[in-house]
Amino acid sequence: MEQGPAGVSAAAAAASTGGLLLPLSESEQQRYSELFSRCCPPPEAAAGGSSVGELFRASQLPPDTLHQITEVCGAKRVGYFGPTQFYIALKLIAAAQSGFPVRIESIKNELPLPQFVALKNDSDVRYGTPAELHGVKFQVPHTSLEKNSYKRTDEGDKQEPKSPPMSPICSPPASPSTYQRVPLSYGYGKSRSGLEQQHGAPYEVRHTTHQQDGPLSGNYGAKPALACSTLNRSLSGEREQQDSNAHYSDDPWRITEEQRDYYINQFRSLQPDLNSFISGSVAKNFFTKSKLPIPELSHIWELSDVDCDGALTLPEFCAAFHLVVARKNGYQLPETLPETLVPEYLQAASLKPMRDCTLFDSYSESLPGGQQTRDFSRTEKTSAEEVSDSSALLKDGKKDDKQALKVSTDLKTIPKEFQHLTVKTAAQESNTLKARPRSRSYSSTSIEDAMKKGEEPPTPPPRPQKSHSRASSLDLNKIFQQNAQAVRSGWLPPPPPALPPRPSLSQTEQVSEVELHPQMNKPPSQAEENSSAKKEVVIAQPPSKPARRKLRTETQGLETPELSPTINVTSSLPAVKPHLPVQKQSSKQKRAIQTAIRKNKEANAVLARLNSELQQQLKEVHKERIALETQLEQLRPVTVL
Amino acid sequence: MAVCIAVIAKENYPLYIRSVPTENELKFHYTVHTSLDVVDEKISAMGKALVDQRELYLGLLYPTEDYKVYGYVTNSKVKFVMVVDSSNTALRDNEIRSMFRKLHNSYTDIMCNPFYNPGDRINSRAFDNMVNSMMMQVC
Repeated sequence: MEQGPAGVSAAAAAASTGGLLLPLSESEQQRYSELFSRCCPPPEAAAGGSSVGELFRASQLPPDTLHQITEVCGAKRVGYFGPTQFYIALKLIAAAQSGFPVRIESIKNELPLPQFVALKNDSDVRYGTPAELHGVKFQVPHTSLEKNSYKRTDEGDKQEPKSPPMSPICSPPASPSTYQRVPLSYGYGKSRSGLEQQHGAPYEVRHTTHQQDGPLSGNYGAKPALACSTLNRSLSGEREQQDSNAHYSDDPWRITEEQRDYYINQFRSLQPDLNSFISGSVAKNFFTKSKLPIPELSHIWELSDVDCDGALTLPEFCAAFHLVVARKNGYQLPETLPETLVPEYLQAASLKPMRDCTLFDSYSESLPGGQQTRDFSRTEKTSAEEVSDSSALLKDGKKDDKQALKVSTDLKTIPKEFQHLTVKTAAQESNTLKARPRSRSYSSTSIEDAMKKGEEPPTPPPRPQKSHSRASSLDLNKIFQQNAQAVRSGWLPPPPPALPPRPSLSQTEQVSEVELHPQMNKPPSQAEENSSAKKEVVIAQPPSKPARRKLRTETQGLETPELSPTINVTSSLPAVKPHLPVQKQSSKQKRAIQTAIRKNKEANAVLARLNSELQQQLKEVHKERIALETQLEQLRPVTVL
Repeated sequence: MAVCIAVIAKENYPLYIRSVPTENELKFHYTVHTSLDVVDEKISAMGKALVDQRELYLGLLYPTEDYKVYGYVTNSKVKFVMVVDSSNTALRDNEIRSMFRKLHNSYTDIMCNPFYNPGDRINSRAFDNMVNSMMMQVC
């Protein structure tokens, strides 16, 4: 607070007002000098016109009054806001706010301090944590109108690091290109010096802006907003500051561009490959640093890890980080993930500008279909995109059959893996049962599937796992095909010749009416395979995973049109083929799988019908049984305990 | 619809137990506790064979007048015990199996959470929601 020079200038003002003594009370002096120093950094002699204009508008007086004031105080005449003019103007503002007419005489009265609404409001808003994120919206509607104004008026240099109200104002970006920018609150003071251009500012320009802005009050957010936009993106390390960002359309769960960039940088620090994911332990350490209580972190994890694979992809990480940030700022955690934080949304939002690819619209649409198969009943079939759904459909089909035929073999095989795998890989294994719909990777699921299929030729033996992987699904194709044929032909089909070790088991199972063999054939065969391939599974899983990742990153390195495989596998695969020989095989396999899918679908329909018929029969049989039991009890004199 | 669902850890202490909020919740706790003996019996009986072939679903552990108790054990010796009202005869075996399967899947989802230490009590809201959906609706 420049009391000394302010006092001097006040005295000078008093002396130099053309014979007009300006009595300033102590508090007035203080306030005025503060305001003046805010508008006008010490070395200058006159306040910047634009900043003064902002201040005046903050007084919430009608623009006519403000014009009058500027005329009366002499700034217009002089052409700039010297200290005298400034003080007179402030006095006049106070007078106007008290209801006095804007005249030189009125300033002689005892007047309260001029009120600058925006300033005070903003200071209140700034420190209220729940309102923190919303206080910015106070500025949001203004800045849109301010876009023109700030271009013409010079950048406000009214930003002092000590003025906290400026930071939330800074947040609504006035730059036309991006609507959301980070108020890097305390850092913007640095740029002040670069923005001072005022002193030649034509006053007429400001007048026009006055008229333009009209009833807007407190709209000096435009200047600091522009200042912020010119700032480098040096983000402060404190996450809290991220929260004072403007949230587009007042939604605290929406991630702004700066926030996203910050999250991406953090992601990079943990895991250099943006398309890969962060493992659970790494993420745990990272988020524990936020000092939130563990149950809350656990809940945040549950919300953000939608595919429940124990790892965070980039969109999942952004969502988790955003939730942490929100929680630190006092927001209660939601029960379910807000839709702006859902990974598909984040992927689409982040990928669109980066890739500039309309393919992703359809891709992101297909993804929700793919992922939701997990959320909804697993028998639900998505029809979005062929390849990513093919496995989903396969699995759904499998599940249909299994549930219908009372086979718990899939679970049996999952826990086997639990026994032998680490948690992460076990989770992945168990997830792969449902995992096909869950495209956990940042890249397209089809590419990932292509990778997985590409890996099948190299490592077929260890992987005839029950459900998820392609190898087993191909086996199932044979089973289903034979199953379908068998079903059509009759009731109890012979075991498929492709699975020799099983005939004995299958024959014993022929006894049961309800269960179809081929389903039971699977578990014994898998049991045998599993027992023999236990160890191999452990080893195979981790290698296949990094291999998959490597292949995926390779494909990611290819240009964007390659992303079309996600949409139209067959057509795009030829384009991809020259790049990777592995994918050649995968494309053929894909076609094979697609035909298998169709056949499976038919088989599913048949089996579903069969299932319903069997259920009915079962009910009838139950009724008969109950009737017989009651008869028996009636005949029997004494109930046997 | 179950009346009581419990998740028991390997060391036979409960990780999660939830009953329909009627009176006599303690009775369900006792029931679950005593059913652990039956579970161990079944495990040891089957344990002679190769572990892989052991069925996870243990089936009906024992019936009493009012209710039946079903068991399920994972490969990591985490047990799920479900008490079902006997009057609800419409519940078939495969429905029980599917309920256990859902429990198992939710349990693995919890395991995936790096903030969950195995052996802790289960405090997950998602798990709670899933269990609530399986519990009997108290009129």
